[in-house]
Amino acid sequence: MKSKVVDGSVNLLSSVTRRDFMKFCTAIAASMGLPMTVVPQIAEAVTSPKRPSVIWLSGQQCTGCVESLLRTGHPTLETLILDLISLEYSETLNAGAGHQAEAHMAKAVEENKGKFILVVDGSIPVKDGGVYCMIGGRPVVDIVKEMAPLAAAVIAIGSCAAWGGVPSADPNPTGATPVYEILKPQNIPVVNIPGCPPNPYNFLSTVIHFLTFGKLPALDDKGRPMFAYSRIIHENCERRPHFDAGRFAEEFGDAGHRQGYCLYKLGCKGPETYNNCSTLAYNDTPGCWPVATGAPCFGCSEEKVGFHSPLFSKAKVVFPTPPAQQPAAVPEKGSGAKNFAYGVAGAAVGAAAVALSQRGGKGDGSSQAGG
Amino acid sequence: MTINRRDFLKFSAGTGLMFSAGAAPARAAKTPELPPEAVGILYDSTLCIGCMSCMVNCKKANSAPGGALFHKNTAGQIPFEYPEGDQIYDAPQSLSAKTLCIIKALYTETAAAQANPAEQSKSFIKMHCLHCIEPACVSVCPVAALQKNPETGIVTYNKNRCFGCRYCQIACPFGIPMYEWEKASPSVVKCQLCNHLYAQGKYSACCEFCPTGASIFGKVRDLQEEAKRRLALKPGDVYAYPVKRVDGDERTEKVVDTYVNHIYGLSEAGGTQYLFLAGVSFDKLGFNPRITDQVYPDFTWDYVSHVPALIGALLVAGTVSRVVTQRLDKGKGDTDKADEAPDAENTP
Repeated sequence: MKSKVVDGSVNLLSSVTRRDFMKFCTAIAASMGLPMTVVPQIAEAVTSPKRPSVIWLSGQQCTGCVESLLRTGHPTLETLILDLISLEYSETLNAGAGHQAEAHMAKAVEENKGKFILVVDGSIPVKDGGVYCMIGGRPVVDIVKEMAPLAAAVIAIGSCAAWGGVPSADPNPTGATPVYEILKPQNIPVVNIPGCPPNPYNFLSTVIHFLTFGKLPALDDKGRPMFAYSRIIHENCERRPHFDAGRFAEEFGDAGHRQGYCLYKLGCKGPETYNNCSTLAYNDTPGCWPVATGAPCFGCSEEKVGFHSPLFSKAKVVFPTPPAQQPAAVPEKGSGAKNFAYGVAGAAVGAAAVALSQRGGKGDGSSQAGG
Repeated sequence: MTINRRDFLKFSAGTGLMFSAGAAPARAAKTPELPPEAVGILYDSTLCIGCMSCMVNCKKANSAPGGALFHKNTAGQIPFEYPEGDQIYDAPQSLSAKTLCIIKALYTETAAAQANPAEQSKSFIKMHCLHCIEPACVSVCPVAALQKNPETGIVTYNKNRCFGCRYCQIACPFGIPMYEWEKASPSVVKCQLCNHLYAQGKYSACCEFCPTGASIFGKVRDLQEEAKRRLALKPGDVYAYPVKRVDGDERTEKVVDTYVNHIYGLSEAGGTQYLFLAGVSFDKLGFNPRITDQVYPDFTWDYVSHVPALIGALLVAGTVSRVVTQRLDKGKGDTDKADEAPDAENTP
C-alpha cells in the first residue's frame, strides 16, 4: 500500500492557495514571536523536499493530543501532517496496521537515522517491567529508550509525556513516568509541550522552528519552549482586570460568575500555570479555552498542578504585579523642607513687595521695581 | 511609658497657654488592658495576594444599613471612587470618606531591583482602623461620639453625637479617621470592624471574603497566640493557616515564608486589636517609625480633659463679659443720649 507520504515527490501543496499558505507561515512566525522577515524562510523550509520524518510514538494517552492537532484550522489535516512534516508512523493515523506498520517504522528509523523527530505522547509506564503499555509485543519504555538516541530531537507532547499527566495521578498504579525522566540516564534532552491537550500551534511552531533554523527554539529549565510557556496564564488573562479590582465569582452560577468575574476563588490555577492559553486562541477559536467559558483553569500544563492538586483548591499566587492604579505603601512625597523653603521665600518676596509699595506710595514709586 | 521631655515641653508650649493652671504631669503609666471579649483581625502580608476582595466586600458590607458607609439618602449605593474619567475600577488611592479599608502595594521597580529579583521587596499591606486598646481618638472626642465598646473593644462612632471638631483625625497616630469634606453635614468615617455584622453573629467582611487567610477574624488573645505561633515557624515548613476565622475549621496549607520577627500592634501605641505580620520591615510598609509604645491617651488626656471645663469657662466668661459690657453700655448710653441732643442741633 502506497501512502501519500511515501509518494512525496508530487506537489503536495497544490491543494493550498498561495495566500492561505503565506497566512499560515505568518501565523506560525507570529506565534513564536519571530519577526516577519523570517516568513519567507519558513515558507522555504516547509516546502523544501527535505521535510524531516516524524515518528510519533504513543504511550499511555487518550489520543487527545493527536485529535486536537488534526483539527488545526490552517492548514487542514492532510497538508499539516503529510506535507509540512513527513509523518512516518503514528498509531492513530497509520494507514497500515500491525506488522506492516511496525516494519515501516523500522525502515523509516533506519533511513533517517539522526535526522528524524521523535514525538512522544502519553506517559511511559515502568512498573512491573513496563508491561502496562505494550506495542508490537514490546514495552513502550524499551521502544522509547531505543529510538531516542537515533532521533535528531525528542518532543514530548501533552502533559502525560511531559509530566506524567492523568496516568501518574495518585496512586499511579502503572508507574507512569514522564519521557524526560526515562531519557535522563541517556542524557537526551526532551522538549516538553505540556497541556491537556496543548495548543497544537505550540507544537507546530516548535517543529517549524526546527525546520527553519535547524535547531530547537529557546527552552526554559523544564524543557518548555519559551515562546509559549514563559508566562503565567494569570499575567495576560482576559479576566485579570476583575482580579485586580477584587471582583470574584464566589460560587458557580452566582451573579459574579455570570458577569465574567475572576475565577480564582473557584479554584482557577491560572496564577501558577505557565502557558499561553490567555494570549493564543486554542486552535484559532477565540473564547473556547476553559477560563473564557467560565470554567476555572485547572493547571493541565503545569507539573504537579494539573491532576495532582485538588480541582477546586485555591492556586498559590506568585506575587502578582500590582495594577498601575494601586496605591503605594509609602506614597511618593515632594520634599517637605523644599516646599516650605519655597513658601517662605514667596512670603518674603510678597512682604518686601508690599513694604516697598507702601513706602513707594509715600515717597518714590520707582522702588517698586526692586521688589 | 515615658513622655519624651522635649516633646512634652514642645506640646506644653503650644497648649499650656490655654490653661493658666498648666498641665498636670502625665498620669502614671499603666499597661492598657484588653477588654474581656476583645475581637480583632490578624493580617499576614506573606499570605496576601493583593486581590482586593477585602476592599470590595468592605464597601459592600458597610454600605448596607448599619454599616459605617451607610447614608440614608444614598441607601444601597456603594460609594465607588473611580480614577479620573474612567468609570471601570473602584480605585481609591488612600483611606477616604468612601474607603474604610485599603490594600497598598510595596513594589519597587528600580533598575537595581529588576536586576536582582531576590533583593526586590514586594508586599501588600492592608490598612484600616487598628482599634487601639487605648484609642487616642476616643480620648480626644469631647462629645463621646467615638467610644470603645467595653466588651468587644471595637472603636465605634456615633454620627448623631459628633459635632465635627475632627480632633480624632489629629489625634490618631495612624491617620485613620476620615472626614466627609464634600458634605454639607459631614461625619467622620472609619472602620468599625463591621460592628453591625458582629451584632448579628457574623464577622468582618474583609476576613469573610479573604481567599487566602491573609486577614483572619477572632478574639484578640487567640490572634496574638496565632501570630506568635507563626513567628516560631521555620521558613519552608508547611503550616495549615486558618482562613476567615482563627477559630474556624477552614484551613489552607502553605509553605511558610520568611517573617520579620515582629508582631505589629502587640505593643505599638499601647497595643492594638488589629495585628500585622509581614515579610518586609514595617517601616517600608508605610508605618510611621515615630509611633512607639506610647499610650496616646496618657499623652492627650491631661489636655483634652480640660476642654469641657474650658468651653464652660468660656461660656460663663463670655456671658459675664456680655452682661457687664451691656450694663456699662447702658450706663454710658444714658449719658450719651443726654450729650447727643445738643450735638444734633449743632450739625448743619
